[in-house]
Amino acid sequence: MMIAVATGAILVAMLLALVRAFAGPTLYDRVLAGNSFGTKTVILIGLMGFLTGRPDFLDIALLYALLNFASTIAILKFFRYRTLSAPLQGPESAAPAMRERDLA
Amino acid sequence: MTPTGEIAALFGRVIDLSLLTMLVLVAYQMLRSRHLFAIVMMSGIYSLLSAALFVSLDAVDVAFTEAAVGAGVSTVLMLGAMLLTVRRESPARSGRAAIGVAVVTLVGSALIYATIDMPAFGDAAAPANSYIGAAYMERTAAEIAVPNVVTAVLASYRGFDTLGETMVIFTAGLGVMLLLGAGAPRGGRAVKDRPADDRGGEDQPS
Repeated sequence: MMIAVATGAILVAMLLALVRAFAGPTLYDRVLAGNSFGTKTVILIGLMGFLTGRPDFLDIALLYALLNFASTIAILKFFRYRTLSAPLQGPESAAPAMRERDLA
Repeated sequence: MTPTGEIAALFGRVIDLSLLTMLVLVAYQMLRSRHLFAIVMMSGIYSLLSAALFVSLDAVDVAFTEAAVGAGVSTVLMLGAMLLTVRRESPARSGRAAIGVAVVTLVGSALIYATIDMPAFGDAAAPANSYIGAAYMERTAAEIAVPNVVTAVLASYRGFDTLGETMVIFTAGLGVMLLLGAGAPRGGRAVKDRPADDRGGEDQPS
């Protein structure tokens, strides 16, 4: 029963993250909404495993957590360096960060 | 069925319905929005939602592919493509929108009509479960000795087919890399020979 309540709460939280992704005035609101939505998906998959009596879903949820982390880093790195493969250099030689204007 | 099992089944249905509702909401917002960056982020969310839906349908490997490709790689590729073009979608002419709506309605209703003939979810007598699928399930353990039957089918029984697919995907990846110019700042456009120029295309109109 407790897991069912937690699932309901996660679904509501997913809706709230969606609202931020729809409304979010700035770019970082949307990145954050996407990232927290990924986290909610991870938790939802874990809860679904316990709800159907198959806790081995937790392994899949772990993989999703890794993937979510890596893709958020990739998106943010993309804003910073504006390229898919940034050279490993010091911060002063890097390209200027992408400004809000560039994407607005 | 035990009472706990009934509660689990009920909540499985609630989860499926909420996920589908959110999918529709995200798709509608993607259609409404003209802000391309928001659309890219929302398509990532859409992929995560459909991955969760696939997990609840027990298609775990499909779900993982969807999450890795849809939410991970294609978000970054879309951002790379967005840097080469404008940031906002220009509004379509209303005459063209009518044609689009007609085509989408026609294809959509044809697809829904096709689902009526499909066997029920998890039906043991469905064609996918009764003919060749059952033979794979029986013979994999003895012939291939791989615990995962899907892996055995993909990598051994249909090995040549998978090799061809890999070639197609490799070629497509090469094409995307060439188009986006993965090694250059600002993608394949506005690349200059001066090594110090790492702010190429900064004065681009947005």
